[in-house]
Amino acid sequence: MLNFDKEYFNIGYLDTLAYKNTFVHRLDPRVKLVTTIVFVFMVVSFPKYELSKLIPFFIFPVFMSAAGEIPARFILKKLLFVSPFVFFVAIFNPVFDTAAMYNLYGIKFSGGWVSCISIMIRFTLTISSALLLVATTSFPGVCRALERLYVPKVFVVQLFFLYRYLFVLAEETMRIVRAINMRTFGRKKYGLKIFISTIGLLFMKTVERSERIYHSMCSRGFNGEIRLLKMDKTGFADIVFAVTAIALFIIFRRYDIARILGELAL
Amino acid sequence: MSHHIIDFKDVHFTYPDGTKALDGISFRITHGESVGIVGANGAGKSTLISHMNGYLLPAKGTIIIGDMHLNKSTINNARKTVGVVFQNPDDQLFMPTVFDDVAFGPLNLGMTEERVVERSNEALNTVGCSHLKDKPPHHLSMGQKRAVTIAGVIAMQSDILVMDEPAASLDPKSRRQLINLLKEFRHTKIIASHDLDLIMDVCERCLVISDGKVAADGATGELLTNEQLLEENNLELPLSLQNR
Ligand SMILES: Nc1ncnc2c1ncn2[C@@H]1O[C@H](COP(=O)(O)OP(=O)(O)OP(=O)(O)O)[C@@H](O)[C@H]1O
Ligand SMILES: [Mg+2]
Repeated sequence: MLNFDKEYFNIGYLDTLAYKNTFVHRLDPRVKLVTTIVFVFMVVSFPKYELSKLIPFFIFPVFMSAAGEIPARFILKKLLFVSPFVFFVAIFNPVFDTAAMYNLYGIKFSGGWVSCISIMIRFTLTISSALLLVATTSFPGVCRALERLYVPKVFVVQLFFLYRYLFVLAEETMRIVRAINMRTFGRKKYGLKIFISTIGLLFMKTVERSERIYHSMCSRGFNGEIRLLKMDKTGFADIVFAVTAIALFIIFRRYDIARILGELAL
Repeated sequence: MSHHIIDFKDVHFTYPDGTKALDGISFRITHGESVGIVGANGAGKSTLISHMNGYLLPAKGTIIIGDMHLNKSTINNARKTVGVVFQNPDDQLFMPTVFDDVAFGPLNLGMTEERVVERSNEALNTVGCSHLKDKPPHHLSMGQKRAVTIAGVIAMQSDILVMDEPAASLDPKSRRQLINLLKEFRHTKIIASHDLDLIMDVCERCLVISDGKVAADGATGELLTNEQLLEENNLELPLSLQNR
């Protein structure tokens, strides 16, 4: 259970990364959000068996993580963490779709395998760019961008609190786990009884704390509306970034760059 | 100026589990007074403070803030008048960055953005936390968190300032700065603390709370030198008065 500490600090780590000061971090959150949405849309819109046209799209996450100084290892770890879910979805394709499609050096690839790999690539592209968006903008920054893009405030505020209380829950869990570890001296089995009462305590503590947080918000004038400073301005760099990125996406979407480059090389 | 008054009349409060925390408390604090609230652990200080801006509402008795009766419909106005720093800073920092947190109150008071930025910077400067501006609050040390919560309330420039254990976990230099800051603060202020030297330094008047009742109410200099009274309330002479 001590691993929980590490997991928790990892959530916080995403936040810490967001407070770096690089070119990517300084971009207007709205521009990054829109660019990422366009990116995801483009990647998802390819037909089922597409492989080579997807490859050039890796430029975007690679650029974001390099220019934003976000350690690629961190993103890869998070990807691995959620990959089993996608793998489950994708792995059924080869089972059902067995028509041969490619013949590579005598090894036959069925359409199912191709679409399975295609799904995994899309997953890697979209999730990593979403993670990078948060890592270079901060979650609240993304919320703020949503709000300024006229997403209804109710949703934005909900999202914002979801995130905030996630930390409250994680913090409380960490405290309880730490307190238990401190006095069990490495004995592995806490027993079901302690486990259940811990969950109960956790629930109570989280609810009460959320309530106290809510009250202290009220005591500073909160009345259901989050007012945020509108300090982000869209500048020249932002426009250049968005236009370049989206133009590239469109080119990648229409032309098979990987194949063209391959043919040029031959 | 009548609107800086806090008046408690026979206030009772019982927690849902049956703990009787306030048992008929009455006092009146007028404009510009600085009042210390002292008493043993569990005496009811924090409960009392939670009543000052309507976090808790009394089961019986009345509370008057300025010229308003405190009840559900006046809570929001009362909160503009009374700025409260609660005992636990973790419950009070909820915004993504320190700066956003300090700006939260002023923004809600409907100030222009320039004013908000200016005030928040000022408040952060006052508590010596300007360098923490962009950090997420849950990554701060305890003392830094407390300093930031104080900045958040200072930035609102409320007429009445209420603090629960403001000096706990502050290092000696920050504590001294806080005392100087509080001394400069001309408005009404109410401070609950076990730091009797701080109370001696900052407050002219003092309330001793015991089992949810006012055990004594008078000049700080007199109450905090009354050894019998202190003894009865789990307190002792302020350090600055010991060994003389
Ligand atoms: N949420 C709660 N539910 C039930 N009882 C409570 C709750 N909070 C406090 N109490 C009880 O109310 C009484 C007064 O508590 P309060 O927190 O006001 O004391 P305090 O004077 O602030 O103490 P301290 O000096 O330790 O901060 C105590 O007996 C306490 O156990
Ligand atoms: Mg208390």
